[in-house]
Amino acid sequence: MRHIIPKTYREALEHLKSGSLHILAGGTDLMVQNRAWSETPVAFKKDTLYVYNLEELRYIEREGDMLHVGALASYDMLERHPDTPSALKRCIALLASPGLRRVATLAGNIGNASPAADGVLVLYALDARVVLDSADATREIPIEEAITGPGRTAFEDGEMIREIRIPLEDFDSERFKKVGGRKADAISKVSFLGAAAFDGDVIKDLRLALGAVNTTVVRRREIEAQYQGLTAADLKARSQEIREAYAPYVRPIDDQRSTATYRRQVALNLIEDYIHSL
Amino acid sequence: MADITFTLNGERITLREEPNLRFLDVLREKLNHTGAKEGCGEGECGACAILLDGHIVNSCLLPLASVDGRDVVTIEGYRMTERYQMLEKAFIEEGAVQCGICTPGMMIAAESMLRENPDPTDEEIRHGLAGNLCRCTGYNMIIAAIRRAAKEGEGLW
Repeated sequence: MRHIIPKTYREALEHLKSGSLHILAGGTDLMVQNRAWSETPVAFKKDTLYVYNLEELRYIEREGDMLHVGALASYDMLERHPDTPSALKRCIALLASPGLRRVATLAGNIGNASPAADGVLVLYALDARVVLDSADATREIPIEEAITGPGRTAFEDGEMIREIRIPLEDFDSERFKKVGGRKADAISKVSFLGAAAFDGDVIKDLRLALGAVNTTVVRRREIEAQYQGLTAADLKARSQEIREAYAPYVRPIDDQRSTATYRRQVALNLIEDYIHSL
Repeated sequence: MADITFTLNGERITLREEPNLRFLDVLREKLNHTGAKEGCGEGECGACAILLDGHIVNSCLLPLASVDGRDVVTIEGYRMTERYQMLEKAFIEEGAVQCGICTPGMMIAAESMLRENPDPTDEEIRHGLAGNLCRCTGYNMIIAAIRRAAKEGEGLW
């Protein structure tokens, strides 16, 4: 296996022309997935591009109502940055541990495409977009098009994430819930983000997203749209109906962390409970 | 093989090694710095914690390639400092060390937290230690030790 340590982003993009490579940012997923015996090198199954030291991509910048998060901005940087959306900060406070947040990145979580990644759940709820570069092209796609299944993305060989764009919007209500086996360092059994904005008593924006209950994060814009324009009281009266609307999309699995039955019950409870909190 | 240059406990060194070695193994096997321990090897226990550019990271998940150009402090370097002496005294007085395998990581986590927040609440201490497991003490003595070090070592951080 080849190990490529580019000195510049341009050089990294040139190397990506050579085929399918692991792109290692913080490494907190890839290093575990390719773990070998102690005292032996990590057994990557593909040639690996080590991009962690590309400082060009380590930035967070606000431009108007848009936050530009460079691919190498760590969760720790996001946690400290004054313009990071509060919903994302709520999530980061419960994400992994201080040592992992220092190196782990949103871009790495997108590339790894786990339906249980908490940071990615927030990106779905906030309408984030992903900017991909290759040596000779750039494109920008919504987060839900970037991730196509567990461990699968819509990225072509030759592309890598340059930045994530997060629209900055104000919500009157936000709730992040993570259900895991331990407060820190747990991979979610189920995760939930709810956010709502009101105009007086009327809901003008409702967002509900669930993690670890399907092959990708679940966010159903058509369901959310049906309930915009209602008052909070009307919404609460219809909480059971909302719960049922999500039921077909909550299709979790049994694994070492939890069971499908538990996850389904908890996910739908989280939705219903959030509606009642509004 | 790649040439990787970094600062280890204040000394600049260059290694020619496989870039996909775990930094934990480089420390322990190539550089004879055995203070960082391997507990879980998956980033869940914090026994392998080191300071990278002054902040806690898990060296078991850090490929050697990522360390290029950076500043590394391990418990071996940290123990030469006055802050360490204060933490060590507090750990002893509060009975915060039993088997000892988590202790280097706990000290690194404490340093990383205290340098940003020299006067932490118990809740903030717990948050700062969230990535470090201890199977002996039940944590309360460790938290008491850090509280004591922060109080008695006022001005050190």
